This record gives sequence, C-alpha cells and structure tokens, in this order.
Amino acid sequence: MNPITPIIKGLGITFKHMFLKPVTLQYPTERPRVAARYRGLHGLKVSHDKAKCVACYLCPTVCPAKCITVEAAEDANHDKYATKYEIDMLRCIFCGYCVEACPVDALKMTGEFELANYSRKDFIYSKERLLEK
Amino acid sequence: MGMEILGLPMMYYIAMVAKVLVTFIFVLLTVAYATYAERKIIGHMQVRLGPMRTGWHGLLQPIADGVKLFFKEEIIPSQASTFAFLIAPLIALIPAFITFAVIPFGGVIEVAGYKIPLQVAAYYDTAAGQVFDINVGVLYILAMSSLGVYGIVLAGWSSNSKYSLMGGLRASAQLISYELAAGLSIIAVFMLSGTLSLHKIVALQSGFGGFDWYIFKQPLAAFMFFVCSLAEINRTPFDLPEAETELVSGFCTEYSSMKYAMFFMAEYANMVTVSAMTVTLFLGGWNGPFTAAMPLLGPVYFVAKVYFLMFVCMWIRATLPRYRYDQLMHLGWKVFIPLALVNIVVTGIIGYFI
Repeated sequence: MNPITPIIKGLGITFKHMFLKPVTLQYPTERPRVAARYRGLHGLKVSHDKAKCVACYLCPTVCPAKCITVEAAEDANHDKYATKYEIDMLRCIFCGYCVEACPVDALKMTGEFELANYSRKDFIYSKERLLEK
Repeated sequence: MGMEILGLPMMYYIAMVAKVLVTFIFVLLTVAYATYAERKIIGHMQVRLGPMRTGWHGLLQPIADGVKLFFKEEIIPSQASTFAFLIAPLIALIPAFITFAVIPFGGVIEVAGYKIPLQVAAYYDTAAGQVFDINVGVLYILAMSSLGVYGIVLAGWSSNSKYSLMGGLRASAQLISYELAAGLSIIAVFMLSGTLSLHKIVALQSGFGGFDWYIFKQPLAAFMFFVCSLAEINRTPFDLPEAETELVSGFCTEYSSMKYAMFFMAEYANMVTVSAMTVTLFLGGWNGPFTAAMPLLGPVYFVAKVYFLMFVCMWIRATLPRYRYDQLMHLGWKVFIPLALVNIVVTGIIGYFI
C-alpha cells in the first residue's frame, strides 16, 4: 500500500484537532458538573431541626463493607434516635445500599467527592459531619 | 576606520562578538521555548491545554523546569565510567550549538559605514566587495552533527546500564544509516549550486523575488533530507534511542539534574539546527520578498521559516507512532539510499542536457 497517504491523512487529523476546544478541566478553579445521581459522601437528612434517622439498624445490616456504626437511644418524646452514627470512609465502597435500605428516607448521597484527609481517624465521619447543611 | 587589530578594523571584532552573542542567546531562548511550544502544540493536537499554571498560560514553564533541574541531586552511578559520564552531555550539547556559526540568517547590513553579513563565520571584504564565509560550510555542519552522536554513545556506554547501552547502540546504528541518505540527498543540491558555501547557496536561491528555492527543483531531496534529519536527531517517529516503552529513557536513563537537561537542550538545539539547515538548503534561507530594500527582513523570514519547520517536527511527533527497529533500518537502507542515488543520477542527466 502507498505509505504516504495515511501519513498525510494523520497529519490532517492532528492539525484539525489543534483547533478544537480542549476538553481539559482546570480542576481546582473549574469544577466538574457532578451528575444528579452521583454517589459521593453520605448526608443525613434533617427535618424539624433534627436528623430523620430512627436508628433502625437497616443500613449497617445491609452494608456489604460493614462500615456503618449506629447506636440507638430514646429521646424526651420516647422517640428512637441515633446517638452515634459513624461511617468509615476508608471501608465504604459507595454502593448506595444504605440509602436504598433506609425506611424513613433519612440518608442520601451527595455530590461531594473531595474526601482526602491527613490522618486515618479523620476518615471516620461522625454524625455531626454527616448531617446535611 | 579607527583602530586595527591584526589588520582587521575594530568594527570587525565588535560585529563578530555581537553576532555570536545574539545568535547564541537567540538559539538558547528558542531551545527553551521550543520545549514549551512542543508541549503546548502537542497538547492542543490531543485536545488538551498543555502547561497552564506557571505564569500566564504556562509561559514561565521552561524557566521553572530549568530551575527545578538545576537544583536536583547529581547522581553518578557507582559503576559508571566517571570521566566519560561527565563529559558526554557536553559532547552532545556543544556540536548542537556551534553548527550555528556557519548558517546565514540574513543579508548584509550596514552599521556605521561598516558592512556586516548576518552569518557568524563570515566577513565582508571591502576591497573585494563581497562576503567571504567558510567555503565548506555544509561539510562543517555534517561533521558537527555526526560529532553529536558521540555524546549519546558515550553516555550510553559510560552509564554501565543495559538500557543506556542499548540506547547508545541504537543511536549510532541509526545515525550511520541515515547520515548516508541525508548526505546523498544534499549532493543533488550541490550539483545545482556548484558550491558548498552556505552564503552562496542562499544567494543562488534569491531569484523570482526571493522564491527561487531549491525545494521546487529538488522536492524529493528536500523531503528525504528533512526526514533523514529527523532520524539523525532522534525525533519521533525515529526516537528509538530513547524509546520509553522499551528502554526507560535510553541513553539518558542514568542521568539526572543539569546533565539530563543538557541532553534535552542538545536535542532541541539539534532540532533548531536541522530546521535552519533545511531552510538554508531548500527553502531559500533568509530570502523572501523585499529583502533587498529592507535587509532586516532577512532574519525575520529566516526565523519564520525555521519556526515553521520546527512546528512541522512537533506536528509529526503528535501524529506518528515510533517505528520498529527493523522498519527503521529498512526505510534507511532500502528506501532512502536508493532514492537518493536515483535522484542524483536524474539530476545529473537533466543538468547535463540543460
């Protein structure tokens, strides 16, 4: 086969691409558009100024990575609530089963994806850190 | 004409020093910003942005790279042959720069009544009324570009590492194969010009309002010379001596810090030299429209043509993958050398009848 034509064609393609708009995202200054159903950091939903979670233990039960720790207690109105709700982000696989399992729709997954930390213990997210803002 | 030293006017020395400094600094800056241009151009060809953070659109990137490499630790492998290891980057770098001594980058300009030809190794003889430059300029360039490979071979051998040795061996084999074809393809130009002086070769291409270029008479030779030059300076698609996929980074695997930077500078300076050489031999050198009226346009045309060819080098790098070793040898020995020989014979026959 004639070896010159493919080279010329290739050169044409690269030349055309030089004038396309670059797809690069200048990350810390330009933010990516996170999809609506993206599974990022968990968030505990708030209703009437307190977490909706009723500490039913369905999410630690369904969790395949066993990363959720819940401790239940009773409040002044004899309602069950979680005194402790921790997710270990080092073990979490972001499968979203906890959100699916929740019977009171108290849990969601946010678009937050920057989960880096400086020490291992900072990866265990407490209830205060998980409460939606 | 004032003072004279060794029978030459003072102006001669001032002009010479000025030419050397301007050329050297210009080449150095071009080399630095060629790295930036390459990253930017290849980036955009791959629909990326290239360097963006260091300065406005990454303009300070070459300086940042230089400073970083300068402060890196110098590592000399314990089993290396130290003297050869240290001298190799210099042997690679110096020939890359001194080739510029003979390349004419402009016509004759007049400063304070003294005529200065814009070519480092040249002077204007007032008595004879013409420019004298080194009369075997092309041979000088060929010699210097072959010297450069000693740096690479020495670097490969003295590192005492298998990857480096393979890189060095490949470089020497490649250089031998392609220098033959490159040399043979220039012979066709000499058959037209009848001289080896680069000044005269450029002057012969000044017809048709500065467009009587040898590329129109010798398109095949121009193409072959450019491709063989790419192979000689180890640019993609012929960058086998530093093939990352096989040889880590070839002959400069064991190098670090400024010595590594020197190999890089040598590579890019070689690219400038090869582009300048192709421009001088085939693209009319500094010739172009209106150079007679405005001699300062000469360097502008020259630089524009050199930069265009450097862009082509980068363009080719963004397009083509690396050749396999046997394909490289096949192309050199079985395609380019026969073609160059045929070209010489055809040029000879046509030249005999015209």
